[in-house]
Amino acid sequence: MEPGQEQRHTIGILVQNVPGVLARIAGLFSGRGFNIQSITASETHEPGLTRITLVTTGDDKIQAQIVKQLNKLINVIKVYDFREMEFVDREMALIKVRAEAQTRAEILRIVDIFRAKVVDVSPHFYTLEVTGNESKISAILELLGEMGIVEVARTGKAALARSKKH
Amino acid sequence: MKLNGAKIFFECLKKEGVEVIFGFPGGSILDIYHEMPASGIRHILVRHEQGAAHMADGYARASGRVGVCLVTSGPGATNAVTGIATANMDSVPMVAFTGQVPTAMIGDDAFQEVDIIGITRPCTKHSYLVTDVSDLARTIKEAFFLARTGRPGPVVVDLPKDVLQAQAEFRYPRKVDLPGYHPTLEAHMGQIKRAYDHIRKAKRPVIYAGGGIITAGACDELTRFATLMKAPVTATLMGLGSFPAVVRDASGRKQLHPLWLGMLGMHGTYRANMAISHSDLLLAVGSRFDDRVTGRISGFAPKAKIVHIDIDPTSISKNVDVDIPIVGDCKNALQKLIAMAESEPVEDLDAVRAPWIEQIRQWEEAHPLSYKMEGDVIKPQFVIDKIYEISDGEAIITTEVGQNQMWTAQHYHFERPRTLLTSGGLGTMGYGFPAAIGAQVAFPDRLVIDIAGDGSIQMNIQEITTAVSNCLPVKVAILNNRYLGMVRQWQELFYDKNYSSTCLDTSPDFVKLAEAYGAVGLRASKPEEVEPILREAFSIQRPVFMDFTVSPEEGVFPIVPAGKSLSEMLLAEVTETKWSQAKSKDTP
Repeated sequence: MEPGQEQRHTIGILVQNVPGVLARIAGLFSGRGFNIQSITASETHEPGLTRITLVTTGDDKIQAQIVKQLNKLINVIKVYDFREMEFVDREMALIKVRAEAQTRAEILRIVDIFRAKVVDVSPHFYTLEVTGNESKISAILELLGEMGIVEVARTGKAALARSKKH
Repeated sequence: MKLNGAKIFFECLKKEGVEVIFGFPGGSILDIYHEMPASGIRHILVRHEQGAAHMADGYARASGRVGVCLVTSGPGATNAVTGIATANMDSVPMVAFTGQVPTAMIGDDAFQEVDIIGITRPCTKHSYLVTDVSDLARTIKEAFFLARTGRPGPVVVDLPKDVLQAQAEFRYPRKVDLPGYHPTLEAHMGQIKRAYDHIRKAKRPVIYAGGGIITAGACDELTRFATLMKAPVTATLMGLGSFPAVVRDASGRKQLHPLWLGMLGMHGTYRANMAISHSDLLLAVGSRFDDRVTGRISGFAPKAKIVHIDIDPTSISKNVDVDIPIVGDCKNALQKLIAMAESEPVEDLDAVRAPWIEQIRQWEEAHPLSYKMEGDVIKPQFVIDKIYEISDGEAIITTEVGQNQMWTAQHYHFERPRTLLTSGGLGTMGYGFPAAIGAQVAFPDRLVIDIAGDGSIQMNIQEITTAVSNCLPVKVAILNNRYLGMVRQWQELFYDKNYSSTCLDTSPDFVKLAEAYGAVGLRASKPEEVEPILREAFSIQRPVFMDFTVSPEEGVFPIVPAGKSLSEMLLAEVTETKWSQAKSKDTP
């Protein structure tokens, strides 16, 4: 990557599940002028550990600084710099779309193609659940846009390194 | 045996070897104050919580031990924030205990409630809110461990009132368990070899020493390595004292160390800034390429390969891209470099180095640090020269921030670590006086002098009472120019001489003020009075304020203007002509 070139970048952060840990991470980003595009956080299978997946933007120098600054936080146990490893990532979106008699069939076709699910139906709306990588979510949002999207809730990206253990 | 939180607090502090606490009581922290007299730990009652934090900081910097301050909730805690942030920017080991409202009331906007953990998160190494008395001992253990290890820094421990009253079994943990905290101490041998390979081939090496060397206790190693490589040494403001500025010659007289370049940066010496600008190899140790050091980044050491040793990975390639990064403890890295230099010395080192040393000598000859004595007026630099001379370089010096600080850095020749205590990163006016009190507590028998300005001394002047009531004989030398001098200088040079809000024509009579507080006040307004006043002050075993009426518009030179590179510094005499040229162009 060219110096100074902005790029999206996914970081995994394993943290101690203690009060204020998310504030420390969010505060680090706001205080140092780093970007957060999306952030997800939830407990893991190991008691007391939370995994955060964070998508940020910046050039290589900023990305390197972000990883180092995160590592410096006392409650951060491990930082996965996904520039340096293969990883899998998924995002889930709930999409409430206008569903009138003339568009319902088309919506269901799209649901089928994207392996999405209809999770709620009301006289004029469908609520869909779709899971995939960011580009898949963006693609379905674009297609459904023509039907009239009412509301969207995206979880943000969750990611894990591909290899067995890091 | 079960103890309440307040008693556990003191048991923990005793385990940590704490001898003194700087503090100020209040409602939320009363349970601790209730136990204080029985604890046997000395308490220094301050007059403002900012003073407590700076005193703990000064104590820590002078002694190398962890400084402890104790304040109540709400305004007590917020008043301490400037002191905590000051310690954070300069990597000072400190634990700040803050009172808090009872856990059940947190979030209710209770009386004297403030979210001090939230407020201090960005300006501490770490912080804790203790919500259960059974966590208290472990938390205090971790706080002290974090404060003093790795890159040191302040840790805040917030203590709700009910936690201090609740009972728990006291057991002090022997070890800490911090799975996310593993500072790298061992410098990587491969990187050390690469670094040494570059250093030995260098023709114009410069060592750029920072405060990390003092923190790591690596000053002897620095001197040894510089001597082995015949490499000139410059230091940051925080690094002054890491390398002896002067040595004694055969007749016992002091002269500048032949490898010493003086401070670099915005107010660095001509020879230091020129050496950086022409160097082909820069060895940065325990420094962080602060903007006051580098000037315009693209113009900083443009011809040099840069090796950077630091314990904090975030410091490396943050501002300036380095060629050989080495993460590790400065002492460890320098010891390894010394071993390499001893086993693979450079051939004909004297001959190799001679042209570089000669070039530096010429720079020094061309533009030494200087000032002109004019008639009956005291020059501020002259006061510092005299302080140095009379204290024989043996004093612990603290400074405020501004011209007083820069003149001290330029004109006092620091020979030993922990003899200059100054707010480098945050630049906190009002730091020097309480820091001097803290240093005097650590070293009751040493001469401790705060070199101050008439502006900054007023920012924590209430602490005279603390010095008087605790019989701490700190000396304060006020360079009184009736201006906020550094800001005035910037207005002179860069803001059209528009002296907006920098003229302090209504300062108090500092002599009478000192006397009103029960201290001694002395005044000098002529050059010949300076030495007798200093000698008198240093002989008095009480706090002394010395008011030196100095020339009002003296500037600090050289100065690298903001956005310029180090080689573009303005020198005193040049500035005059440049300014008048600019003037005549602007106003035809």
